[in-house]
Amino acid sequence: MITFKGVHKWFKDLHVLNDINLHVNQGEVLVVCGPSGSGKSTLIRTINKLEPINQGTLIVDGLDLSDSKADINKLRAEIGFVFQQFNLYPHLSVMRNITLAPIKIRKMSKNGAESQAMMLLERVGLIEKRDAYPTQLSGGQQQRVAIARALAMKPRIMLFDEPTSALDPEMIGEVLLVMKDLAQSGMTMIVVTHEMGFASEVSDRVVFMDEGQILEEAAPDEFFKNPKHERAQQFLKEVLSPMH
Amino acid sequence: MLKYQFDWSVVTSGKYFEWLLSGLSTTIQLSLVSVVLSFLLGLLIAVMRMSSIKPVRWFAHGYLEFFRNTPLLVQIFFWYFGSYKILPTVINDWLNRTNFEFGAAVIALTIYTSAFIAEDIRSGVRSIPKEQLEAARSSGFSYIRSMQYIILPQAVRITIPPLINQFLNLTKNSSLAMTIGVMELTYQARQVESYTFKGFEAFTAATLVYVVLSIAITIMVTYYDKIVLSPMKAR
Ligand SMILES: Nc1ncnc2c1ncn2[C@@H]1O[C@H](COP(=O)(O)OP(=O)(O)OP(=O)(O)O)[C@@H](O)[C@H]1O
Ligand SMILES: [Mg+2]
Repeated sequence: MITFKGVHKWFKDLHVLNDINLHVNQGEVLVVCGPSGSGKSTLIRTINKLEPINQGTLIVDGLDLSDSKADINKLRAEIGFVFQQFNLYPHLSVMRNITLAPIKIRKMSKNGAESQAMMLLERVGLIEKRDAYPTQLSGGQQQRVAIARALAMKPRIMLFDEPTSALDPEMIGEVLLVMKDLAQSGMTMIVVTHEMGFASEVSDRVVFMDEGQILEEAAPDEFFKNPKHERAQQFLKEVLSPMH
Repeated sequence: MLKYQFDWSVVTSGKYFEWLLSGLSTTIQLSLVSVVLSFLLGLLIAVMRMSSIKPVRWFAHGYLEFFRNTPLLVQIFFWYFGSYKILPTVINDWLNRTNFEFGAAVIALTIYTSAFIAEDIRSGVRSIPKEQLEAARSSGFSYIRSMQYIILPQAVRITIPPLINQFLNLTKNSSLAMTIGVMELTYQARQVESYTFKGFEAFTAATLVYVVLSIAITIMVTYYDKIVLSPMKAR
């Protein structure tokens, strides 16, 4: 479904992605972790071309992203993206946030889009918030709406960039619950997160990044019990320590 | 010392009152049409100014610099005397069939004001977090559609106070249209003055009307702002 072959990216002199080789199958749940600044966000942002790559090949859902003729808007409609800061549209109600793209891009009828939105709101447990505005919601609620908004496009892939790290601790659970449900439904997911509980429970594979490189790629059990790379061991010690 | 006899009746009833009234009506029409058109044109120029296509951006940049930095009066004369030579025949025909002075004034006021509005909208757009554009693009919206549905609606709301200012300026500036013979409020006040020599009364009346117009515009836009903006600000 997603294939990186020798992908490189630079910001000026900074080598943010250094020879990335990675393959994600349909229905797979991949967790990406690593220290701050290691290139995790940049990696998943290349998948919907929010960041273009400088070298190598990246194929997403059969589309070669370096092909200038590739219809990038069409591809993006197939990929849901969930941001750390939610990025809901503040001028639109929850309902309109969810139905805007299905109506304008998928050309769904208003009624169809709204009844679909109601199903999604029920799934994320926010039916009663349909007419609220984003600023009237807690962080956890906003993030669940953001997930519903992404799902409303019936995406084939969902990307999450630290979806819980801007949340108060008591709200992390409600968002992870929605994501677990989604993972179990067979969605192809790439999740940048430091929530190691989520990684060990629902992910199929964990990728550890540092300084733009993938240093380790393993099944979650193996990664947590027996990390091979010294940096990964150190990283795990830090995120799993009770001080964190 | 010459003793001036105040006579307010000339501006409160009769023929001259009707002149002023028709002037007011023309001022309102001129302002309304130009407000709507300059807002739409301002939006377009603002989007062009931020385009990733260089020639488009340069064109918008030149447009802004040119029209913001030349006197409105000159622009009014330019469209009045020069439009024959540069405007397409369809527009010239339309202008001649309707009301040429009025049309030239609308064109001048619209283009002049749109340059200021475009800059206000552009700074409104710049104050919208770039993540909003990323969210829109990630859903599959093109740049233009992202602007249309997500960025501009937010930017325009933020831009309401400066927009009120531009609309007020436009209404006041519309008095310059008298120089090409548009029979708007100032023109009619001048007429009343030359027929009655009651210049003080005529221009006091005109001034009061401009003040009331300005207050009305401010109230209308603020009211709109409250209704539309409140959900965004609520917590
Ligand atoms: N638009 C940009 N321009 C220049 N440098 C950038 C840009 N975006 C990211 N960087 C730099 O690239 C490096 C990788 O950034 P990235 O956001 O991918 O890291 P990350 O692993 O997601 O970090 P974090 O855990 O803090 O989110 C960082 O050093 C960052 O400062
Ligand atoms: Mg990041």
